[in-house]
Amino acid sequence: MLQARDLWKSYGKKAAVSGVSLDVNAGEIVGLLGPNGAGKSTTVAMLCGLTIPDTGTVTVGGVPVGDDGSLVKRRIGLVPQDISLYEDYAAIANLELFGALYGLEGAALKDRARAALELVGLSDRARDKPQSFSGGMKRRLNIACALVHDPDVLLLDEPTAGVDPQSRNAIFENLELLRSRGKALLYTTHYMEEAERLCDRVVIMDHGVVAASDRKEALLDLLPPEKRTKTVVRDASLEDVFLHLTGRQLRD
Amino acid sequence: MNALKALVRKDLILYFSNKRALAITLAAPILIAAFFGSVMGGPPKKPSRVPVAVVDLDGSEVSKGIVAAMAADTSFDLKPTTEPEAIELVRQGKVRAAAVIPPGFGDGASRALFRPNVKKPEIVVHYDPSQAIALAMIKGLLAQHVMATVGKSAFSGASGMRALESARKELNESKAVDEASRKDLQKLFDAVESLQARTAAVEKSAAGKSEAKTSAPGFTMPFETRAAEVTGNANSKYNGYAHSFAGMGVQFVLFMGIEIGVGILLMRRMGLWKRMRAAPVSRTLLLGSRIVSGTLIATMLMAGIYAAGIAFFGVRIEGSVVGFVAIAIAFAILTSTFGLLIAALGKTPEATRGLAVLATLLLVMLGGAWVPAFIFPEWLQTVTLFTPTRWAVDGLEAMTWRGQGIDAAYAPVAAMLAFSAVFALIAIQRFDWEE
Repeated sequence: MLQARDLWKSYGKKAAVSGVSLDVNAGEIVGLLGPNGAGKSTTVAMLCGLTIPDTGTVTVGGVPVGDDGSLVKRRIGLVPQDISLYEDYAAIANLELFGALYGLEGAALKDRARAALELVGLSDRARDKPQSFSGGMKRRLNIACALVHDPDVLLLDEPTAGVDPQSRNAIFENLELLRSRGKALLYTTHYMEEAERLCDRVVIMDHGVVAASDRKEALLDLLPPEKRTKTVVRDASLEDVFLHLTGRQLRD
Repeated sequence: MNALKALVRKDLILYFSNKRALAITLAAPILIAAFFGSVMGGPPKKPSRVPVAVVDLDGSEVSKGIVAAMAADTSFDLKPTTEPEAIELVRQGKVRAAAVIPPGFGDGASRALFRPNVKKPEIVVHYDPSQAIALAMIKGLLAQHVMATVGKSAFSGASGMRALESARKELNESKAVDEASRKDLQKLFDAVESLQARTAAVEKSAAGKSEAKTSAPGFTMPFETRAAEVTGNANSKYNGYAHSFAGMGVQFVLFMGIEIGVGILLMRRMGLWKRMRAAPVSRTLLLGSRIVSGTLIATMLMAGIYAAGIAFFGVRIEGSVVGFVAIAIAFAILTSTFGLLIAALGKTPEATRGLAVLATLLLVMLGGAWVPAFIFPEWLQTVTLFTPTRWAVDGLEAMTWRGQGIDAAYAPVAAMLAFSAVFALIAIQRFDWEE
């Protein structure tokens, strides 16, 4: 669905991305991992048309992604790392605004906005302003705003930063549901356990290049044999205990 | 079009939903305009009297006549007093100036009237340097009353007789005057003496009658003046609030323009700009929506400010209403593009706001928003024609109390639109579109 080929981008003499290629197929979540400064954000910016690559191409369904008013951008949803919402604007109004930017209008716009809110579990807070929301609710609304136009490709830039386990779990369930609906998701994160849980394939970037790209299990083969086996002396994680004690119910 | 409508609608709702901020945005210019307007003349009224102290150290018929004439002059709010108190009143700013008529002024002035070469008596005018503009007016009016009173005295009063006698004596003794001139001057003195004698006889017979003194001959002003305000129409009066509402309206609406620019910088910081840019909308639409919403907000703010001026302070659009609306809209567009310029040139919202406020204050100061531009030095008046605020303030004044027609709106509208185009061009060129 999403295909990037040989992307290069420099700022002055500094190369931010050097020859990155990746694919995200329909019904697949691909993790984009890498330390700070690895070139992840620049890559995501090129994938969604925010930044024009020096060379290389990005296509969605075989159609090149342009900048500005390129209609193929309607097939892409971006969840920025920051909570990019109008805090004084009602949740439903935020959704209708961003839906309108993607060409939705009238009844279709209202239906899609309601559906996106329902997906992230915020239907009962439609008329409330995000400034009254918890951090987790804002994160979910942040995702809903990228889904309102029902894109084929969803680019998520650290969408769970600073949220409580309940909200993170809810977000994961949302993303898994989207995958089951055939969406192509690119998930950027610093949390390896998130990538392990969610991603079908993982792209690891460093110094602007793709260091590795494969299924999780295959990536383990990149390790030397003596490092492939780790003895884990616990059956459950602290997060499991936390969720067991506090439940999986969302606390809004 | 749907995206443009959604963006503009969002900006309007966000701006006007903050009721407290809106109230302050409207109240601040109205209150400050009310203050400046009252200082600069307030609503239409009669010209105010200039407070002046007068000290009569002479006590002669002439000096008393001068004081009486000044007291009768509606231009003065006269306070006869002693010299030390008069100087103190000037120092305290309670009077604009104090005129001190020295001892012997009556005789000295009458003598000097016929003989230009003698030492003239001196009226000292103590004045408040902060009110120096009033000094010329006070000296002019004082000269008028002194000339009239001394002239009258020369042809009728005792001091005039004494002066004539003294002048005749000096003429007879003088060797510098040729015989022909001496004879002519003696004829003149004879005629004046005859007139003095006849006037004295009339005054004696009409003693106690009020017209006796007024009928005495003498120098009088050969003309009278009638003050006529040049305003919008014959029935309207100048209103100081018309200027202050133009000035403060321009200032505070420009402050709103700063918020447009800072708002874009905040959007960038919050990632909202990135989200907007990720959508399939053009850069023109993104920036254009801000221009449209900013223009609408600025127009509404201007309307609100002027509504208060019209309702509570007697401001009237004496000129072309269409011209007024055109100027208000042109200024609103200017405000929007000014906001974009700020967003294009600014780095962080905090630093940008501080610099933009400073730039705005300079612009409105030079534009004559605080004090009318006509009191600026000539060179500064020329320089300020290159500031858009000058065109805005002058244009609004032209359409309000100056009562000018639509023709007078063309130049301000064209100038402000030209500035807007330059601002927009720079903003588009300098705007950082990279994420």
